[in-house]
Amino acid sequence: MASSTPTAERQVTGGGISTRRKLVNQVMLTLTGVASVLVLIPLLLIFYYLLAAGAGSINLDFFTQLPAPVGEPGGGMANAIVGTLSLVLLAGAIGIPIAVGAGVFLAEAGRSPLGNFVRFIADVMNGIPSIVTGIFVWAWIVVWMGRFSLLAGSIALAVMLIPMVTRTTEEMVRLVPRELREGGVALGFTRWRTTLGIVLPAAKSGILTGILVALARIAGETAPLLFTAFGNPFWEWRLNEPISALPLLIYQYAISPYDEWHRLAWAASLVLIGMVLAISLMARFIIKNPYRDR
Amino acid sequence: MENPTAASKTKKPASNPATKMAIEHADDSPSAPAPDKARLAIEARAFSFWYGSTQALDSIDLKVPERRVTALIGPSGCGKSTFLRSINRMNDLIPKIRHEGDILLENDSVYRADRDVVQLRKSVGMVFQKSNPFPKSIYQNVAYGPRVNGLVKGKREMDALVESSLRQAALWDEVKDRLDSSALGLSGGQQQRLCIARALAVSPEVILMDEPASALDPIATQKIEELIYELKNDYTILIVTHNMQQAARVSDYTAFFFMGRLIEVGRTEELFTNPVEEQTEAYITGRFG
Repeated sequence: MASSTPTAERQVTGGGISTRRKLVNQVMLTLTGVASVLVLIPLLLIFYYLLAAGAGSINLDFFTQLPAPVGEPGGGMANAIVGTLSLVLLAGAIGIPIAVGAGVFLAEAGRSPLGNFVRFIADVMNGIPSIVTGIFVWAWIVVWMGRFSLLAGSIALAVMLIPMVTRTTEEMVRLVPRELREGGVALGFTRWRTTLGIVLPAAKSGILTGILVALARIAGETAPLLFTAFGNPFWEWRLNEPISALPLLIYQYAISPYDEWHRLAWAASLVLIGMVLAISLMARFIIKNPYRDR
Repeated sequence: MENPTAASKTKKPASNPATKMAIEHADDSPSAPAPDKARLAIEARAFSFWYGSTQALDSIDLKVPERRVTALIGPSGCGKSTFLRSINRMNDLIPKIRHEGDILLENDSVYRADRDVVQLRKSVGMVFQKSNPFPKSIYQNVAYGPRVNGLVKGKREMDALVESSLRQAALWDEVKDRLDSSALGLSGGQQQRLCIARALAVSPEVILMDEPASALDPIATQKIEELIYELKNDYTILIVTHNMQQAARVSDYTAFFFMGRLIEVGRTEELFTNPVEEQTEAYITGRFG
């Protein structure tokens, strides 16, 4: 630095740069602020519409009664709520063990040709339109069983869930620091013991979050259920019978010509969003409590 | 010639500076790369090591005496960590590695074909640069190794082992009231001592430390150094460090690595006050590295 530069002059120059920087900073901050408000607008609008159009139709009957026949007032969607829960839970039971296993494999041994292949397939599967998944499961399961069923619907949802959870599990397991793995190996643990006892617990909250996000996502899927779970106006519990689901009912009611059904479709949408929101909040809660032990 | 137990009595570190003692009191036997009467714990014989086509170690011959602290010093990339990790074969985790020569642990080849690597790693504890407690409770961090390795039976025996390991690592008093809380809530220095306790719990013969205090503040560092000083009564310790004052403070022997070669090894005070090799002198006086 030139030692002869007068202090005053330097301060002036410095001040100029700093003013410009502050300005740019302000502009960028404003732009990003506007962008985040724009992100919020559709969400708020959806909430507003759902509340305005659907809240009025939500009452105790909605959660306890079967759908009423056309023309009869009242009725509810109890069977569809239970149906959606059953479909999502069964899809999780089928898909999560497979997906977590595959994700761990990809993270721990993923550089092999098999690993690259599985990763590629998972990415492709993530991009498959859900209606195609529905047709695929129809062709293989529904046609084979000769009927629409809870099982077929769950398999369709599981097919959607598996690639999502596989990839998030892989990412989360990869995030576990190498030092932690080495800590286990240095104690004389075998590789599977290190993975199961140390790496997986360390990645636990991330994996759980990924699972919940995927469950929330499949809870709202309609297309894969159209030709698999099919829908059912009555209570149904059996694996091999068609079952009702909220997205199916929303679809069916929304395209109907009846005003009463339109109102019920709004109400069902509100309940569905509420369920998804609840799952997402659980995910947030888990993120905030990482590494809780025992 | 010093005898470890007697030495420990005279050299018991006072609460303050853990320090200097290694230099001041290390005995005055003539300097020689060949160690004192202590038995050999580790012996490297013309050990060379490659990552792919890059040679990291070139024909290392090193004798590490039992129940002494041996420091490995040298500039970054000189191979000291590679050498350390070759002793318990941690490098096996890395693909495309290759070695020549051999390393003996208690006169038994580490690299012989039928060597049980899991067994080997049980007898060689390791402490890493970045403290890496498991995401479990403090108790579980110490108990996990012995439990998996089937070292103890029953809760009472485990409790005793956890306590004695934590005491040895000078951590017991700080954590005894919160054994069930997460290890990740401990400070950096406490975490590192927990990792030492964890290594001690599986009763190793040798403890390898890879820059164990480089991420710690001076007070935590001092505690680790005091601990190393205590532990050498029972364990052979190899420590990699970038901090030459630390090497001088804690070690009995120092080995200087440079560009994958072992340049010089000797009693710590000899090596630091009267290095034989020019490169050693240049490094310890800070002219390079």
